[in-house]
Amino acid sequence: MRTLKRRDFLQVGALALGGAFLTARLALARTGTSRSRFVFIIMRGALDGLAAVPPYGDPDYAGLRRELALKTPGTPGGALPLNGFFGLHPSLGFLHDSYAAQELVVFHAVSSPYRERSHFDGQDVLENGTLQPHAVQTGWLNRALASLQVEHGKEVGVALGQNIPLVMRGPASVTSWSPSKLAALDDDTLERITDLYAGDPLLASRLADALAADAIAGAVNGAAGAAPVQRGKPTRYTEVVRAAAGFLRRDDGPQVAVFDTTGWDTHANEGNAEGQLAGRLAALDAGLRTLKDELGGAWADTAVLLATEFGRTVATNGTRGTDHGTATAAFLLGGAVQGGRVIADWPGLSSRSLYQGRDLKPTADLRSVLKGVLSEHLLVSTSTLESSVFPDSTNARVVKGLFRS
Amino acid sequence: MLERISPAIAANRFGLGARPGELAQIGSQPRDWLVAQLSGAAPLLTGPELYTSADTLSRGLEVRRALRAAKREAAKADSDDKANAVAAVMKIGQVYRPIYIAEAIARLREGVTTDRPFVERLTYFWTNHFAVSIDKNLVLGLAGSFEREAIRPNVLGHFSDMLLAVERHPAMLLYLDNHLSVGPHSRAAGLLERRRGNQRRLGINENLARETLELHTVGVGGGYTQADVTTLAEVITGWSIGGEGGGRLARGIPGEFLFRPEVHEPGAKVVLGKRYADTGYEQGVAVLKDLAAKPATAHFIATKLIRHFVADDPPPRAVERVAKVFLSSHGHLPTVYRALVESREAWDQPLAKYKTTNDYILSTLRGLQLPADRGRASLAAFEVMGQRTYSPGSPAGWPDRSADWDGASALIKRIEWADAVGQRVGSRIDAKELAPQLLGDNLAGATRAAIARAASGAQAITLMLSAPEFMRR
Repeated sequence: MRTLKRRDFLQVGALALGGAFLTARLALARTGTSRSRFVFIIMRGALDGLAAVPPYGDPDYAGLRRELALKTPGTPGGALPLNGFFGLHPSLGFLHDSYAAQELVVFHAVSSPYRERSHFDGQDVLENGTLQPHAVQTGWLNRALASLQVEHGKEVGVALGQNIPLVMRGPASVTSWSPSKLAALDDDTLERITDLYAGDPLLASRLADALAADAIAGAVNGAAGAAPVQRGKPTRYTEVVRAAAGFLRRDDGPQVAVFDTTGWDTHANEGNAEGQLAGRLAALDAGLRTLKDELGGAWADTAVLLATEFGRTVATNGTRGTDHGTATAAFLLGGAVQGGRVIADWPGLSSRSLYQGRDLKPTADLRSVLKGVLSEHLLVSTSTLESSVFPDSTNARVVKGLFRS
Repeated sequence: MLERISPAIAANRFGLGARPGELAQIGSQPRDWLVAQLSGAAPLLTGPELYTSADTLSRGLEVRRALRAAKREAAKADSDDKANAVAAVMKIGQVYRPIYIAEAIARLREGVTTDRPFVERLTYFWTNHFAVSIDKNLVLGLAGSFEREAIRPNVLGHFSDMLLAVERHPAMLLYLDNHLSVGPHSRAAGLLERRRGNQRRLGINENLARETLELHTVGVGGGYTQADVTTLAEVITGWSIGGEGGGRLARGIPGEFLFRPEVHEPGAKVVLGKRYADTGYEQGVAVLKDLAAKPATAHFIATKLIRHFVADDPPPRAVERVAKVFLSSHGHLPTVYRALVESREAWDQPLAKYKTTNDYILSTLRGLQLPADRGRASLAAFEVMGQRTYSPGSPAGWPDRSADWDGASALIKRIEWADAVGQRVGSRIDAKELAPQLLGDNLAGATRAAIARAASGAQAITLMLSAPEFMRR
């Protein structure tokens, strides 16, 4: 367990380039890409990275955060220790266990290339993978999937929700799925509707995708006896996480799943060890624990990335919350992850180190992390990454060595 | 290409879906039918079950006060009694939920029965432009009255009046936290700092100011900076709600807009390069008036209107034309809508827009003349199909492009719901006869044939409601 400072960050990159990286890549390639699972969780609303991953060792932290500051580890309600400088929010017990099990990498002071403070443009850049909001109508993850060799007609990705978020839109065949509360259609009606859509390519493909997803989900639910029994109270994410795991743990199902979480826009009464944000984080943490449980053996091949559009102001605002900021934290979690590390080139919180005098300064590009995940976990080629997945990202050097070889 | 001024486009794209007989009534002059809807006052939804925001908020305040008192009591008691004491108090959600349901049903009923569906669609457009969302608990009881109080009275008026009504409405102030925002150099801040030392800093919350610029007026590319956001936040410090806060702060008429001079940040302020003298409440009004008249605002609003009524990717020339009218009419909305109706582009491509869930449900209920009085059952359809009324989830509102609504899972849910509707009405409604009345010249031969060959009346309805031309407008 250690923090990587800027120099280390670069060193890891250089080392990986030298040899370790090649070995890892070959090993993975032998097992084939079909076993690697990836879950991308979008935290919409701008997660307060300084609350989720408090830098309690920074001398300016407590003063700037005032009533939002988390106490040091070991005190009641204190942060959960990571490496003596950073901690985790006390609601993130599962993530803390994962860190100890070396299955979690925490990134800090990262951001997408977006530097304004609009949620909607920020999310657009987070998802479209370019430098500008609304520059393209497709998402980086879809473009990455489009480059992978897959069986014809097979869905490579699934969005858990009724519609497909931008990050998953594009040329690769993906589907969306959400549980239905309505009665199933009879086959005859479905066949007739399929005919009716023969002249409408969009609806025809959507309907085919929906039926394929239902078939997978149906088979999952059909084998209900195999599904592990839920422990405790279901959380707000239980349903979506169970569905995601149901798709991913099949060998013939989609390899990549995406879903949204919301409620991170904590402008007022954010709370500290307890309160609004603490509740949201606890629900998320419980959802991730359920995901691991439900994936069973497939967890070993899984990586989960959690990212948000930007961070929040370092200082609390006038309403015991935080306003839109810049850099924040991100998390990479899973059995496939070489974890137990915080990767951060910490800029510090002193007034002159803040971005525009108010925000945590970004010292790493989130695309570096994303490229690391796509190249080493999903084996997307470097040329594809640089050309179509993240155009204009050569400055965002790939973070290597994030996965167990 | 010849312009096709089709009654079906008028009823489906500009309206909320045809009712039987409506296309015939529209006849050969669809533009006149639309423009005629713009004269006269906009319908204001009223009813004994609909409360004002102020009423709702004062009930809410009582509940919150009782809850605080119970918590204080509970703190003294031992832990078992503690839980009981707090549990005994009615929670705010229990007060707000029936209000929300009554509002959503009233809105649905109006949408299904109105003879001015164009005005109703415009109302939805503006409510979505100035979105509040019920996933913030405080807004649950206010989203409906917000629409009735801030949007409906202004939908056929001036944009600047609607903007002002919105920004001072308690629902918006609560949703974007402005009621708590305090000028750091205000009297209240000074007083508190002296009293409490450095314990809790009072200051601004920039949420409402940012969204006023980014989402309500000039738009994200509208040329403002972080400094403009911060300054506008200072300008509107003091825009608050009566009865909120404890002790001496709890003055004003509960639930009504209240300007609190003691928390207003003093001094002249510069927003978007213009200096505004410190005139208290009027300072904010002046900024909003100027924002409403900015070319960037005209362009932003025109783009959204054209995206809503013409195509996902708005044709620039149509945007330019409507923006020009917005400016020259000083934001007189009926004039702007007329320009929209007169745009050739709006009639060029039939079925260019994919229906939202709200569109889909309303056009179904209108077309089949189904009553909207099944209470919560009617509302469940919105939830199942992913557009629970008043819950866009963010101040940006519901998205307005096909890709946001045409997901595989969303489609299958529409078809499943259509099937349930078919089962319900298939024995008494003949889709063969109805389809041309609802879809007019949009009705495709394939759909007509499929309906004619259907195995049952119920299946015929399902096919009509699942047809590509019924999914779009």
